Amino acid sequence: MSTTEHSRQSFWRQYIFSVDHKVIGLQYGLTSLSFLLLGFMLMVLMRWQLAYPGEVIPWLTFVVIFILLGLGILLLSGKSRPYLALNSLIFFGIAALIWYFTTGEERLPGGIMLPEFYNQLGTMHGTIMVFLGVVPLAVGAFGNYILPLQIGAPDMAFPRMNMVSYWVYFIGGVLMIISFFLPGGAAQSGWTSYSPLADINTGQTMWLVAMLFIIVSSLLGAINFIVTTVQLRAEGMTWFRLPFFVWTQFITAFLLLLAFPSLQIGAIMQLLDRVAGASFFIPAGIIQGGKVLEYSGGGNPLLWQHLFWFLAHPEVYVLILPAIGIITEVVTNNTRKPLWGYPAMVYSLFFIGFMSFLVYAHHMFITGMGTAVTTWFQTTTLIISIPSIIFLAVIVFTLWGGSIRFTTPMLFALAWVPMFGIGGLTGLPLGLAPPDIHLHDTYYVIGHFHYIVAPGSIIAFFAGIYYWFPKICGKKLNDNLGKVHFWGTIIGMNLTFAPMLVQGMAGVSRRLYDGGLGYDHAQPVLFLNEWMTWGAWIIGIFQIFFILNIVLTLRKKSRSEENPWDATTLEWATTSPPIAHGNFITEPFVYHGPYEYNVSVNGQNVPYLPQHKKMDIED
Amino acid sequence: MEIPFTVSERPDTGLTNPKFGIWLFLASEVMLFGSLFSSYIILRTGSLDWPVQSDELNITIGAINTAILIASSLTMVLSWTALKEKQFKRFKLFIGLTILFAVLFLVLKIWLEYIPKIHHGHILSTNTFFAMYYLMTGLHALHILGGVVVMIFFWGPGSKMWQTNPDQFVNRIEVVGLYWHFVDLVWIFLFPTLYLL
Repeated sequence: MSTTEHSRQSFWRQYIFSVDHKVIGLQYGLTSLSFLLLGFMLMVLMRWQLAYPGEVIPWLTFVVIFILLGLGILLLSGKSRPYLALNSLIFFGIAALIWYFTTGEERLPGGIMLPEFYNQLGTMHGTIMVFLGVVPLAVGAFGNYILPLQIGAPDMAFPRMNMVSYWVYFIGGVLMIISFFLPGGAAQSGWTSYSPLADINTGQTMWLVAMLFIIVSSLLGAINFIVTTVQLRAEGMTWFRLPFFVWTQFITAFLLLLAFPSLQIGAIMQLLDRVAGASFFIPAGIIQGGKVLEYSGGGNPLLWQHLFWFLAHPEVYVLILPAIGIITEVVTNNTRKPLWGYPAMVYSLFFIGFMSFLVYAHHMFITGMGTAVTTWFQTTTLIISIPSIIFLAVIVFTLWGGSIRFTTPMLFALAWVPMFGIGGLTGLPLGLAPPDIHLHDTYYVIGHFHYIVAPGSIIAFFAGIYYWFPKICGKKLNDNLGKVHFWGTIIGMNLTFAPMLVQGMAGVSRRLYDGGLGYDHAQPVLFLNEWMTWGAWIIGIFQIFFILNIVLTLRKKSRSEENPWDATTLEWATTSPPIAHGNFITEPFVYHGPYEYNVSVNGQNVPYLPQHKKMDIED
Repeated sequence: MEIPFTVSERPDTGLTNPKFGIWLFLASEVMLFGSLFSSYIILRTGSLDWPVQSDELNITIGAINTAILIASSLTMVLSWTALKEKQFKRFKLFIGLTILFAVLFLVLKIWLEYIPKIHHGHILSTNTFFAMYYLMTGLHALHILGGVVVMIFFWGPGSKMWQTNPDQFVNRIEVVGLYWHFVDLVWIFLFPTLYLL
C-alpha cells in the first residue's frame, strides 16, 4: 500500500475509527491500562478504610497526586506531541472522579466512607479490573497487536468487526463509570452479583446493561481471533510452528466464545427481574426492610450462581492463559534456548481449555449441592491443576542450563514463575470441599486469586509491554527505570497479598467494611491491614516510574534497532512499528519453528534463526 | 491491502473467513440458547406449581408459525441455489418470500399471541412460566427480526453487489442462510418445549 493512499484517510479513520489491528490494539491497551489505574485507585480508597476504619481518607492528597501526574505528562510531552499530551486527561479524569466521591452525602461525606459506598467500590473494583482491565489488556491489546504479526497476517480477518468490538467495549466501560453518577450509585452486590441481593440492590441495572455491551464485544473479538488464527497464517506457518503466545490467544478466544453466553443469559434474566418484575432468581416471600416484596416467586437464586460461574471460571483462564503465552515468549527469548516441551505445552493448553468448563461449581461448595456433585467438581478441580503444573515445569526446564539475559522483561517473567506458583498452590485447599468450607468468603480467597491475577497476569503484561514496546514504538524502554518499577511492584504486591492469606486463615471475612475491627477472632491479625495498605501505596508509587518511563522513552529521538532482543518470531520480520496497511513489506514465508535459538547450520552455531530465514538446521 | 480468503476458500481449511466466522457465531448461539434451555429445565423442575403449558398457550398458532418458519427455510435455500445458477430474479423472488414468511411469523407472534396474553394480564411478573415464555420466545423473535433486517438489506441495496462481485454476494447469502436455518432450528426446539411438553 502506497503512502499516498494512507494520507488520503481522514483523521477519524486513521486514529479514532481505525480498522487497523495495530491502532485498535493500542486503543484497547490505553483504555484497559486506564481502567486498571482507576480500579487500583478505587481499591486504594477501600484499603485506607480497612486500615483506618472511620477515619478521614486523604482524598485531597490523591487528587493532587493525579493532577500533578497529569500536568507532568502535559509538560513532558510538549507542543509537538499532542497525542501524548492528551493522555493527561486520564489522570485529570481520575482526580475529578475522586473529588466527586467526596461530594454529596451518600459516598464520602467529609472524606469518611459510608458502608454502602464501600460496597460500591468493592463491586466496581472487581468488575473494572476483570472485565474492563485485565481481559481487554490480555486479549484486546496484546492479542490484537501481536497475534496477526506473529502469524504473518496483514490484519485481522474482520477488520471492521474488530473496530466495532473495541467501541462496544468502550461504551460498556463508559456506562460502568456513569453508574457512579446515578441516583443510588453504582452496583454494590459484589462483582459476582449474587441473586436475590443483586435483584433488589440499587445500581445493579446499569451494571447489567454495561455487562451486556462488554459481553457482545468479547464475542465479536473471540470470533475474529479464531478465524484469524485458522485462516490467515502465512505460508509455511503450520500449527506446530505457531508461537506459543498465538496458541494461548487461540484457546482463550474459544473460552470467551463459549463461556460468555451463559452470563449473557444470566444478565438478561437479572435485568428482567429488576425492570419487568420477573422472578427468575427470586424465591417466594423475600422480605426487605420488614416488608414482603411483590414478586411472584418460584425463582431459583442458585441458578444465577450456575450461570455466572459457568462463565466466570473459564474467565479465570482467560485472565491467565495469555499471560502464560507472554511469559513463554519472553523466557525463550532471554534464555536463548528452544522451548523445552512445546508439544506438551500445546496439549496442556487444549486440556486446560476443555477442563475449564467442567470445574466451575467449585465456587459453590457451600451452597449445599450435595456430596455427589461436590465430589465430581473437586475431582475435576484437582485434575485441572496438572496442566498448570506442566506450564510451570516447562518454563523452569527451559531456564535450566540456559545463558539467561536479565533484561527488564525477563525480570518480570522470572518473578512470574514463583508468583504464579503461590497463586496456584494456594488454590488447592480451595478446590477441596472440606478446607473450602472454612476458607470460603474469607480473605484467603482474595489473597489466592489476587496472586493469580496481580503478580500472575499483570506482572506478565508488564513483561509483555517491556518486551514489545520496541516493536510498537520503535524505542526501547529505559532499563534502570524498568528495574526500579519491577522491584517496587513485586515487593508491593507481595506485601499486599501475602497478609491476606494469613488473615483469611484466621477467618476474616472478605466483605467486612471495617476490616474485622468488630470481631474478636480478627484482633490478632488486625495489624496486617495497615501493612497491606502500605503495600498498595508502594505498588501505586512505583507505577509512577512506569508511566514516567513510557513518557520519557516516547520523547527520545533515537530509535532502537529493528530487532533489539534478537528474537525469532515473525513480528520482528517487519519494521518497528510495522507499516500501517498490511504489516509486512513482503509477504513472509515461514521455514522454522518459533524458538530456534543457538541451532547449528552447516556446522556453525547460529545464535538465533528467524522463522522467515531459509536455512537448513542440523539435528 | 486485501484480507485473504474473504471470497475464495483457503486451500488447507476449505473455508472462507465469513463462513467460518458464522459457524463460530452459531456455536456461541448454541451456548446462549443452551443456557436458556438449561435455566428453563432448572426452573421448571424446581417449581411446585408449573402450569399445564398447553392450556396457557395457543398450540394452533404455534403450529402454524412452525410451518411458516420451515417454509421460510426452504425458500432461503432456494434463493441461494437460484444465485448459484445465476438466476438473479429467482433469487429476488425467493428471498422476498423468506422475508414475507419471517414478517408473517412476527405478526402472528405479536398480534395473536403476545398482545392477547398481555390483555389477559399474563406478563413476566405473573409467574415463572410466563417469564420464561416471554424471555425464550422474545429472544428468538429478536433473532428473527435481526434476520429480517439483514435479508431486506440483501434484497434491496445490498443486492447491488451481484453486479460488482457476484462470488462474494453468493457467499454472503450462504452465510445469511446458515444463520436463518439456525434461528428456525431454535424454534423447532422452542415449540415442543413451551407449547407441547
